[in-house]
Amino acid sequence: MEVPILKQGEVLIATFQAALSDADLEHLRRGLVEQVVRFRSRGVIVDVTAMDVMDSFASRTLREIAQMIHLRGAETVIVGIQPEVAFAMVQLGITLESVATALDLEEGLEYLNEKFKNVN
Amino acid sequence: MVKQNVTSAPPEPKQNEDSSELLRELVAHLRQNRTLLREEWVGRISETRLLTAMTKEEIFAEATSVYDSYVEALETETFEALQAYARNLSERIIPRGVETHEVVGIVLLLRDVLARSLFAKYQNDFKKLNRILDAYEPAANRIANTVAVGFVQERERVIRQQQEAIRELSTPVLQVRERLLILPIIGVIDPQRARQLTEQLLRGIRTNRAKVVVIDITGVAAMDVTVANHLVQTVEASRLLGATVIVTGLSPEIAQTLVTIGVDLGKMNTVGDLQGGIEQAERLLGYRVTAIAEPR
Repeated sequence: MEVPILKQGEVLIATFQAALSDADLEHLRRGLVEQVVRFRSRGVIVDVTAMDVMDSFASRTLREIAQMIHLRGAETVIVGIQPEVAFAMVQLGITLESVATALDLEEGLEYLNEKFKNVN
Repeated sequence: MVKQNVTSAPPEPKQNEDSSELLRELVAHLRQNRTLLREEWVGRISETRLLTAMTKEEIFAEATSVYDSYVEALETETFEALQAYARNLSERIIPRGVETHEVVGIVLLLRDVLARSLFAKYQNDFKKLNRILDAYEPAANRIANTVAVGFVQERERVIRQQQEAIRELSTPVLQVRERLLILPIIGVIDPQRARQLTEQLLRGIRTNRAKVVVIDITGVAAMDVTVANHLVQTVEASRLLGATVIVTGLSPEIAQTLVTIGVDLGKMNTVGDLQGGIEQAERLLGYRVTAIAEPR
C-alpha cells in the first residue's frame, strides 16, 4: 500500500497506514526526499498515529527520512507516536534524537509555523 | 553379645533412649538454675549492647519467656510452640526497629550461656559432658535456626505488606496549567512501579495534550541503575510524544549515585526544585506570572 503525500502550503504531509511493508517505506522515503525540493517545501510532517507497532526498520527509516530531508534543506516533524510505541522504541534504543516530534498533526503544523515565523 | 561384654560403651540400640535421657537431665538442670542463668543471659545482652531499642525491664520480661520456650522446646523436641512465639515476638519488636542480627545475637548468647553452665556442671566428667553436648547442640542449633527464620519471615511479610501499600498509593499525574503536567514521585521506585509510572505519564500526556511535564523526585530517597535508566527512557519516550520533561528535586545522594554509575543524563532537563521546574515550564509555554499586588 502506497503512502499518499499531501501538499499543504509550505508543508508536505505523509500519513502512515497500519501495515506498511519495507518496500512501502522505501518508496515513501524516496518520494518525500524527491518532492520536498520539487515543491520547495520548508517542512515535512510524518503522521504515525495509525501505527500501533513500530519495528526497528520503520524507526530507522523515520530517522533516515528526517536526516535526508534536513540535508535537502527542510525540517521534519514526526507526529502521533502512541504512548506504547514510544516506550517500546525507547527500550529498543531508538530515540530519534535529532528529529522533532509533536503530539499530533495540529501540533506539528503549529511547530513548523512557529519555526518559519522565526526565520522570516 | 560378646562385644557388649568387652566394651563399656553403651549398646547401639539404646543410643536414642540415652540421648533423651540426657536431654531430660539437661532440662532439669536448666529449670533448676532458671533465675541465675536468665540473669546472666540478660547481663550478657546488655553487655553486648543488643536490643538497645528496648528498656531493661522489657528485655528481662522477654528474656524470661524466651528462656521458658527455649527450655520447653528442648524438653519436648517440638518446635511449633517456639515458632509461634518467635513470630509473635517478631511482630512486637520489628516496629521498634530491632534488627535481625540482634535477634540472632541474643539467641546465640543464650546458647552460649547455657553451654557454659554445662561446662561448669560437668567439668569433672568429661565423657558425660561430651554426651550432654551431643544431645544439647543439635537441639540448640535448631532452636536458633527456628527463631532466626521466624524473625526473617515476619520481617519479609512486613516488607511485602509495605510494598503493596506503596504500590497502591497511586502516583497522580496532575495538570497544573493548560498543557503542563506535574508528576510528583514519592517513596521507593522499583522496576514494576517505574513501569507503571511511565505508562500513566505517557497516557496522561496524550489525554491532556501536554507540552511540558515536570517530574518531581524530591520524595525519592534512592535510585539504582535500573530505575535511573528507566527514568531516562521515560524522558525520551515523552519527547517522542512531543512533550518536554523537566526533572526536579534530585537529592545530592541521587545526583552522586547517578554520576557514579554513569547514567547518561545529558538529555535530561533538570531544575533544582519543583518551584523552579514549574517556573521554567511556564516560560517554555509562554506564560509570564506577575504579582498584581503585594502579598498581604
